Amino acid sequence: MAEYNKSEAELEAVFQQKIDSEQKIEPKDWMPAAYRKNLIRQMSQHAHSEIIGMQPEGNWITRAPSLRRKTVLLSKVQDEGGHGLYLYSATETLGIARSELIAALQSGQAKYASIFNYPAQTWGDMGAIGWLVDGAAIVNQVSLQRTSYGPYSRGMVRICKEESFHQRQGYVIMMELAKGTPAQKQMAQDSLNRFYWPSLMMFGPHDSESAHSAKSMKWKIKRETNDDLRQKFIDQTVPQIAYLGLEHPDKDLVWNEEKGQHDSGEIDWDEFYAVINGNGHSNRQRIQHHVKAHEEGAWVRDAMSAYQQKKLQRKVNAETAA
Amino acid sequence: MTSSTEIVSKQDTIDYAARLGDDAIVIGHRLSEWVSKAPFVEEDIALGNVALDFLGHARMYYTYAAKLSNEQNGTNDITEDNFAYLRDERQFQNHLLHELHKGDFAYSTARQLLIDVYNKYFLEQLKNSSDETLAAIAVKAAKETKYHCRRSKDWTLRLGDGTSESHERMQLALNDIWGYSHELFEVDELEQRLVDAGIAVDCTLLKADWLKEVTAIIEEATLTVPDQDWVVSGGRQGYHTEHLGHLLTEMQFVHRSHPGAKW
Repeated sequence: MAEYNKSEAELEAVFQQKIDSEQKIEPKDWMPAAYRKNLIRQMSQHAHSEIIGMQPEGNWITRAPSLRRKTVLLSKVQDEGGHGLYLYSATETLGIARSELIAALQSGQAKYASIFNYPAQTWGDMGAIGWLVDGAAIVNQVSLQRTSYGPYSRGMVRICKEESFHQRQGYVIMMELAKGTPAQKQMAQDSLNRFYWPSLMMFGPHDSESAHSAKSMKWKIKRETNDDLRQKFIDQTVPQIAYLGLEHPDKDLVWNEEKGQHDSGEIDWDEFYAVINGNGHSNRQRIQHHVKAHEEGAWVRDAMSAYQQKKLQRKVNAETAA
Repeated sequence: MTSSTEIVSKQDTIDYAARLGDDAIVIGHRLSEWVSKAPFVEEDIALGNVALDFLGHARMYYTYAAKLSNEQNGTNDITEDNFAYLRDERQFQNHLLHELHKGDFAYSTARQLLIDVYNKYFLEQLKNSSDETLAAIAVKAAKETKYHCRRSKDWTLRLGDGTSESHERMQLALNDIWGYSHELFEVDELEQRLVDAGIAVDCTLLKADWLKEVTAIIEEATLTVPDQDWVVSGGRQGYHTEHLGHLLTEMQFVHRSHPGAKW
């Protein structure tokens, strides 16, 4: 390949030119080490979020209040496992094994979305998580469909389709609660109050504070800034809350005619950093749950490979004998 | 027109559909407990899939029981959820094997093998039921059961013939659950009336085929069919192990905390 004759600087110029002209970077293309590293960080964090995200909702499958809701929730949690799988596979195209990614999650070296460190306490939380948490994730993921790395971008197209179904199932739960008994409506309001602000935090720190933003924008890993995406989410959520007849948790929210968007109250960034740094209700529980399942499954995975080996050996023996 | 409707009361068919629903909902619940706890993600998804299939079967049986109940009572507000959420432990009539705790992966695999192979033969017969709805449910459920059987067989082979640890765990699991398998082949008075009317499956006739197939798989997996002669039964009469009460407590509490609410 001609790439062998090119200097690092020349290769990088070709790479950047591809990005600038909206061509996708594919696994076998040359890419700067920092681009690869940045992608592995972001994509694996995304995969881990899907996997850890199975826990707060998985926690409610056995308690879902109707058979229909149970079916939908179970399907949804299953989809999340599927998203985790696509994303692990897409990350593996960057030259890292799933086992390494999982080890990094379990050691705390890799992160997952901090929203999952909040506990899912009531059935209303299944509504709020689907509607707001998945809703915020979609805003981000729609933008990521245009990300520069091919496998990530294609994965996002597929994931987005299923995520819209997830958001709808969450909103349907909220609608039923909001038009239900006073206790149900109270449940909906309480879940909205607890999950609204953490959902806004999902977009990450303000652009001025974001460690990874500038480079990620230049490489088109990220296509829109944290604050722009957050604003979209804030604006789209206002009429949804109104339709439910619930109170908006942000008392400072006002429509800004000039900007054509809502001005909102300030996010409690102390809480954001506190939860990321281990002070959420469920941080330890989430990782310990994952480690426990992984360790308890070790003998099963060992048995699988032992059986595979035996089968292979038997085949070889049979062929040798023949 | 048919003699079956004369001999058998509608209530009998309601009870029969409900107990088949109970089997499906209870095992579906146990399988769903694996989600996020499986040995690897692919299994989280697969176990969730099988749980969904059973949940689907439960809904078909319960919906039918609800429809007949409404016809019988001149009501229109009895739904599948009445059967799942508003009956107590003594009213549930699932086989005990289904309600036993989740256990380790070997325990769940061994139980699933016994249940899936049973369902294969059971549904094959239920397809011939003179009750068209039950026969139609059987046709749909049988397709999924074929896949469940393949899965359970594959896992039994892998674990039985895998490592010494997995072998030991599988054998232990089989030994622990075997005594609960016998009641799958019992027929009580209710079912006998329905068998005579051509509606229910005569489970006593399924045992030979079941035992033959299960034995072949267990032996291929280098395991031994347990020969202990202990027998526990009573599920169909609502005489349950202590596991079921906890399962129902968890499953029903939100629904029951808000009487009459819609979800």
